Amino acid sequence: MWTYLGRRLLVSVVTVAGIVVVVFFIMRVLPGDAAAVRAGPYASEEKLEQIREQFGLSDPVPVQFVNYVTDAVTGDLGTSIRTGGEVTEELLIRLPASLELAFYAVLLAVLAGVPVGVAAAARRDTWLDRAARVVAVLGSSMAFFWLGLILTFVFFFKLGWFPGPVGRLGITTQPPETITGFFTIDAALVGDWGLVWEAFTYLALPAVTVGFVLSAPIIKIVRSSMIETLDSEYVRTARAVGVPGRQVLFRDGFRNALVPVTTAIGIIFGYMLGGNIIVELIFAWPGVGRYAYEALRVNDLEALQGFVIVVGLLYIVLNVVIDFVYSWIDPRIKLGQKVVA
Amino acid sequence: MPTEPGTGGTERFVPPRIDGGREVLPLASRKPLAVVGMVILSVYILLAAVGPFFVADPVATDPANALLPPSLDHLMGTDNFGRDVFARAVHSARLDLTLGVVIAICAMVIGSAIGVVAGYWGGAIDEALMRLTDIVLAFPGFVLALILVAVLGNSTLNVGIAVTAAFVPYFIRLTRAQALSERELEYVDGAKLAGNRSGRVAFIHVLPNSLQPSLVTATLVAGWAILTVSGLAFLGVGIKPPTAEWGVMVSEGARDIDAGHWWTSLFPGGMIVLASMAFHFIGDEFGGREA
Repeated sequence: MWTYLGRRLLVSVVTVAGIVVVVFFIMRVLPGDAAAVRAGPYASEEKLEQIREQFGLSDPVPVQFVNYVTDAVTGDLGTSIRTGGEVTEELLIRLPASLELAFYAVLLAVLAGVPVGVAAAARRDTWLDRAARVVAVLGSSMAFFWLGLILTFVFFFKLGWFPGPVGRLGITTQPPETITGFFTIDAALVGDWGLVWEAFTYLALPAVTVGFVLSAPIIKIVRSSMIETLDSEYVRTARAVGVPGRQVLFRDGFRNALVPVTTAIGIIFGYMLGGNIIVELIFAWPGVGRYAYEALRVNDLEALQGFVIVVGLLYIVLNVVIDFVYSWIDPRIKLGQKVVA
Repeated sequence: MPTEPGTGGTERFVPPRIDGGREVLPLASRKPLAVVGMVILSVYILLAAVGPFFVADPVATDPANALLPPSLDHLMGTDNFGRDVFARAVHSARLDLTLGVVIAICAMVIGSAIGVVAGYWGGAIDEALMRLTDIVLAFPGFVLALILVAVLGNSTLNVGIAVTAAFVPYFIRLTRAQALSERELEYVDGAKLAGNRSGRVAFIHVLPNSLQPSLVTATLVAGWAILTVSGLAFLGVGIKPPTAEWGVMVSEGARDIDAGHWWTSLFPGGMIVLASMAFHFIGDEFGGREA
């Protein structure tokens, strides 16, 4: 197991190095004048020259590369042109907001997607299965910005059930003291239940927007892996010896279907860690996605570059974690071996 | 289960009927959602092909008639410059559908060519290509496309290149996996024995046989490409106002929604989702269920 852990970490380190190199390639080597992008369309030649000096863009590419890697390894992702702050620090401040939204969105997607997928598999080729399929297609072809606008329009402007898209809390509300960075948890830890409730009301619409889209792949994977286990010989045996249908479905079917489902949930969560730029923009959510958007608007390439590297890193880290959760759910899997079902 | 006559298959062999369009009926009953998708897509193609000749100028402003609700004169109302939302949505159909389909085809062609190289030759080339693919796949496609357009500059062509690049890795993986099993089959030995060079075997024999999963995925990717392109445009990346593009329209219309003018953003957004759904219904029914 430990050799496997070592090998897995080594591959991850190689991938992380690859991410750093690919981002450098995109940012500095691709055609397109990085200085011109930074300076804006009306910059003079002197201004361009000054920017090239300031960001070391006039150095030979190998020198730029060495400087860039040295900085990246020490966790220095540069300085934002827009705010003048350290990119690493600014991203870390905004990360909890994105993580909280991602967590509740994935939670909603699992709570909704798993039962629908199980039901569709148990009632295969009935109207219920077809309805689940239509929902899954709708989710995977949904545009975040459209769903977000509709939900805001209906549940805020028309019905007034949820607060408007102004961020994590009302404008006049004091956020809880930072412990975990999750407002819902921090407020609960200090016993301020009114604040917990408020945080949830602000979370509701963005989390539903993201959660609906994420439920689509979960429905599909739960359905197909449930069908696979329900068609297997041990389930047939269980049925043949007279185990009640419900028990077969949940004890034999569902538990064995969990492995691919966990992987899928992990991958989906991994992609969500970097925040969702569109949803964070629509709901004024102060996360890393929103930071990337602000950076994009003023061509703050350092900040954008930092954002992309962090997104890639989080994804790789989570993938290693999933591997270990895997072996915990399914005792048949010794790490490093493929399961033979 | 084999269904050839006389092989003892459990299903009865039904010869295909080709009399007067009746062969459509079995498809409609077996894959109803695919047919729904095809019908929606046909309407879109018709709109994109001939619509622009019949509707108003998509960029002509008319401040006197700004923000009119939907009516017979303006099927989807007018926006805050007095432009006809329906006219803009129709013009956008041509742009977005073309982009979606062209991106899907380019990504499939490039991705499957790389995939067959990795899968057929294997070894160090394979290892290098797959590591690179893993790295690219560590970024969500949307973020990758976004950063590429940010660096390459805003233009429709650059959006096409960036979104294509984001989807290429999926096709590399699919084709590689398929090519890995194809290369063990006898026809490959046959092709080699007949004196074909390995490049010819890989691209003329193995590649076409490895394309089936990619074709299904390409249908889904066309839908996702439309979502990505319009999502980028919504953020102000790539295609810019005043171009008639669904994402641009939603972005501009989003400002009117708090005053109750929902039609300027909800109609074009609905056009995006419906178009993407049409591609997904087709791809989903033809084997993309597990994707």
